Amino acid sequence: MSARSSDDGLARLWANLRAAPRRLRETMFRSGPPVSDRARSSFIFGNVFLHLHPARVHRWSLRWATTWGLGMIALSAFLVTLVTGVLLMFYYKPYPDVAYESIKNIHFVVPTGRFMRNIHRWAAHVMVIAVLAHMARVFFTAAYRRPREFNWLIGMGLLVTTLGLSFSGYLLPWDQLAYWAITIGANIAQSPREITDALGITASFDPGGLQKLLLLGSDEVGEEALIRFYLFHVMLLPLILVALLAVHFWRIRKDGGLARPADAEARLGPPHPATYPVFTEAPQKTYHLAAVVRGRTPAVGNGPEGTVPAMPHLLYGELALFMLTVGICLVLSVLFDAPLKELANPAVPENPAKAPWYFLGLQELVSFSAFMGGIGIPTMVLIGLGLIPYLDREEAGTGEWFGGPGGGALVGRAAVFGLTTAVALEALAIHFGWLRQWWPEVPQLLITAFNPGTVLTAIYAAYSLWLVRRHNSTRAGALGLFTCFLAGFVVLTVIGTYFRGPNWEFYWSPTHWPGH
Amino acid sequence: MSTAHPSLPRRSRLDPEPVARRDFLGLAALWSAAAALGFAALGALRLPKAAVLPSPSKKFRVHLPESLAPGEAYVPPGRSVALFKGADGVFAISTVCTHLGCIVKPTPHGFDCPCHGSRFAPDGSVVRGPAPAPLPWLAVTSAGGGSVIVDEGASVPPGTKVAV
Repeated sequence: MSARSSDDGLARLWANLRAAPRRLRETMFRSGPPVSDRARSSFIFGNVFLHLHPARVHRWSLRWATTWGLGMIALSAFLVTLVTGVLLMFYYKPYPDVAYESIKNIHFVVPTGRFMRNIHRWAAHVMVIAVLAHMARVFFTAAYRRPREFNWLIGMGLLVTTLGLSFSGYLLPWDQLAYWAITIGANIAQSPREITDALGITASFDPGGLQKLLLLGSDEVGEEALIRFYLFHVMLLPLILVALLAVHFWRIRKDGGLARPADAEARLGPPHPATYPVFTEAPQKTYHLAAVVRGRTPAVGNGPEGTVPAMPHLLYGELALFMLTVGICLVLSVLFDAPLKELANPAVPENPAKAPWYFLGLQELVSFSAFMGGIGIPTMVLIGLGLIPYLDREEAGTGEWFGGPGGGALVGRAAVFGLTTAVALEALAIHFGWLRQWWPEVPQLLITAFNPGTVLTAIYAAYSLWLVRRHNSTRAGALGLFTCFLAGFVVLTVIGTYFRGPNWEFYWSPTHWPGH
Repeated sequence: MSTAHPSLPRRSRLDPEPVARRDFLGLAALWSAAAALGFAALGALRLPKAAVLPSPSKKFRVHLPESLAPGEAYVPPGRSVALFKGADGVFAISTVCTHLGCIVKPTPHGFDCPCHGSRFAPDGSVVRGPAPAPLPWLAVTSAGGGSVIVDEGASVPPGTKVAV
């Protein structure tokens, strides 16, 4: 009797052991394989990593032309930098000269080190481009409008944090490029002195000096600056970025998904017959989730119109974009090495000393006035961008590319206007010089207030106000202004990148640079 | 006033609805906590601003080469200072650009900045470019025996020369 029951016990143990892998899987994924609408939904909301997704997503949001996947590409690039960045931290030592040695080690000695460093660098570039392009997409499709105003502001925070991450990473190799780019950056932080010096109040009121001191921990770029930039780059800014990302994604859901035109359904036409059924289990009663979810109540017997399950449609799209981003970074990393110049030398600047490419437009502006180019105009642009969703309270064109009065034709004209104005002003300044060449005694405050950068900003603002009047629409003005600033950014960046040589002189080609 | 409910006491701007005791205590707790945390954060923000800068001494002694011609710049190794010797004495001009901190290069006609194209006259005044201020003249004292002590942290009015 007792022998048989102990046999049973052993048999049960054996059976349970054999079932353990299956049960582990079942307890991890309780809803089973995603084959029915219900299981597809719980696949999403039963998973802590996926549950920021909606269970069902509108067909309009899945069109490539709606987003071009730019936000997802930016996120993918961030994830790539996160992984490769942690790997680089195994060897990197944030101390002057030792830092340079450790980067050289990573580049030439550490197995896969060069590859990881290249991927980190290229993913950072991809992230900056994707964030800028994503912002342009949201602007041009008027997706910042009610109820998404605040998420546009969060997105601006993400843009600034992304640029901060790039900039702080720039110092870490401690080579000539890094040292002089950060010296210039720190002195831009100090540039409010341009105003306070001119007014003679620097001794009592010196916000510029304070900013530089907080950034560098010293009055020059040294070990204090390096450890601070390291802290910003690997801890502070990534934490801020992740926090902002969480809010950004959460609000996409809470604001009702992606913006789409009111007649999205009609524009899309009937779904392709091969698509997974748009809605299978047609309910016979009204949902009422008004307290939880914004938007209209789905009609009886019709289901949530035009939506398809996020699993597989959205998730596989995201996976494709992630793999595309990884692929782009890998290919670029195989083809192009991240640069590493000579060890930083505080006595001899690089000539020309150039910041990363996305700051070269700003560098072009600071070559007219440090304060206006480095702080004044960027602040004005950020305030202007932040105000857009609160000033444009119109409805026409939401969710459409170049939607709103004027449309694509207006954007085209504004692009031509923005490009020609920027090129003409640059040509003027390059050919004839500016105030100081004409009148050497001119007061600095006049140059600060009146230089090619501020003139360009004023012309763009005036053009935009004229558009508001002409089309009787704030959106038209915003379209013009955003396009102009984009055009100006491109012109200044191209000039800063390709046409500026030693002593920041204008050269048609780097082959004309004098030897030095 | 005529639409007010008859059972409610009449209130005016001078005689407002009193705040309930619990509401008052709750609000007081909230604002005290906010103020305490705010001041704590402000206090913590003092930490990143160093009270004593870690940079090395800005004074250094240098022996001018005998062969230095008038108007010719001598840049001591590793220093951002150009020293000149004239008939009426020695003077030092900082080579840190007043625009964005690059190191300017002495040339026969003054100083050139490699970063954003500022140009300075031999006396340090701005000739062209974005620099908002002239290059400062630095305090020089004679240390005897043909050597001088330069203080990079102290500027003097342009034109100040020291006999060696």
